[in-house]
Amino acid sequence: MRNAFGIAKKEISSYFSSPMAYLIGAVFLVLTGVFFAQYLLATQEASMRGFFSPASFFLLLISPVITMRLIAEEQKMGTLELLLTSPVTDLQVVVGKFLASMAMISGMLLLTLYYFVLLLWVGSPDLGPVATGYFGLILLAGSILSVGLLASSFTSNQIVSAVVALGILLLLWLLGNLGSFFNSVPWARDILNYLSLSTHYSELVNGVLDTRDVVYYVSFIVLALFLTVRSLESRRWR
Amino acid sequence: MIEVEHLSKYYGNFMAIEDISFKVEKGEILGFLGPNGAGKTTTMRILTGYMPPTSGTARIAGYDIFFDSLKARREIGYLPESNPLYGDMSVRALLEFFGKLRGLDKKYLKRRISEVIEKMRLEEYAETDINKMSKGFRQRVGVAQAILHEPAVLILDEPTIGIDPVQVVETRQIIKELGKEHTIILSTHILPEVSMVCQKVIIVNEGHLIAADRPENLSIGISGQDKIKAVVRGPMREVAAALRDLNGVETVDYESTGVDGTARFNVSARINRDIREDLSKLIVNRGWGLLEMQPVGLSLEDVFVKLTTKEEI
Repeated sequence: MRNAFGIAKKEISSYFSSPMAYLIGAVFLVLTGVFFAQYLLATQEASMRGFFSPASFFLLLISPVITMRLIAEEQKMGTLELLLTSPVTDLQVVVGKFLASMAMISGMLLLTLYYFVLLLWVGSPDLGPVATGYFGLILLAGSILSVGLLASSFTSNQIVSAVVALGILLLLWLLGNLGSFFNSVPWARDILNYLSLSTHYSELVNGVLDTRDVVYYVSFIVLALFLTVRSLESRRWR
Repeated sequence: MIEVEHLSKYYGNFMAIEDISFKVEKGEILGFLGPNGAGKTTTMRILTGYMPPTSGTARIAGYDIFFDSLKARREIGYLPESNPLYGDMSVRALLEFFGKLRGLDKKYLKRRISEVIEKMRLEEYAETDINKMSKGFRQRVGVAQAILHEPAVLILDEPTIGIDPVQVVETRQIIKELGKEHTIILSTHILPEVSMVCQKVIIVNEGHLIAADRPENLSIGISGQDKIKAVVRGPMREVAAALRDLNGVETVDYESTGVDGTARFNVSARINRDIREDLSKLIVNRGWGLLEMQPVGLSLEDVFVKLTTKEEI
């Protein structure tokens, strides 16, 4: 674990050594802020829904930018050779980089807590849905980032990595909508709904904490990270 | 210290190296010589655990590079081909990062960092971002990184490529210096480097090991002959005939030097048979003048070209 933390620490400081982190954070805060304010003014309801619903989709759009460089850049620069010939396992490398991207997103989400502070000031929001909403957002972020990391291990080109990640994520996101075409075939609809990234999230935003949703996201993350380790290993075999 | 046994690597159907075996004893500097694309980098990547071989094994300090990979990697300091480094880190941050990854404890790491910074004369640049540094200084950072954890084995892939001549001389000096404490494999396609730095040399070409020996033995071994160049005053043809009759001489050819009555003779003799004394006696006894005599060894460059050129002469 010490090695993974070492790698995570290095990646985090490298995020903040470029303007990228600040830029992404600013874009995310502005966009979600606009939606939050609009919702609040329109409904006059002390709830975070106006933040949670668009936040998930914005997260999906910006996360590939955060993860795209994690492995792709190392392949391009050749530093992967130094990293993988150090006495660390591939799993430690992958977990370290995943943790770094999680820390980035968590930091960003932490800043959005001020929406909640605003709500406390103007009304009395219900705590439950806010807590499960944030919990869902973290789980969702983990899933999105793990897919981004996987895509980053496929190529040495950061743009390709971001586009691949975005493609996979949008597909997984829209599986739920796809399900509505299968209303006549209930089992197919249920499967598509279950596989979709978005359906589990909306349950949590509604304040429903169901183990099925948590299990879904956790296994999603584990699977994606496992595939990333395999992808990294296959690079050694080629 | 390093034992390589029947190493082969195929990329799909493409053979990169085949059946390479060699040994490096503790404290030796091994020159790994070959033209570009001969399989040097592939071999080094296998030894450092970056990729596994298709078949064959290797042991570093007794640890199998495949089954004991992490332990083997701990014993290795590696300077990859193009010296890749994290450009957005300072020298100190980079060394801290790799030190931690290699499991050095805090106190020891701190001491080692100041030691290698001093050794590589990087004091002024310790806090500088690496992508702001010149190639030569980056090279020093690469070496600093490789020796940081005091590895038993150093693997340096083309350490003198792409830096200016002064720095090349400096780098070679550093490598010689490092050879006192580490066992080193040094790959290069520059020949003089090998004779300057290495005690042992192996030559690879198109994935095959074609020679392994000390640099000086290699130049004799390949020619199988000793050569002597002599300038003699006297009748060319008669002198040549007399030389051919000398015991041990195999071939003689000659040309006029342009100076009246003198000629230059190239005499090849069987190996390990010093004919210089007999040759000089003969010429003096016959009343000719011996103006110049010089033994000519085959240079490592000749050896290299001979070994790596396919055409039969």
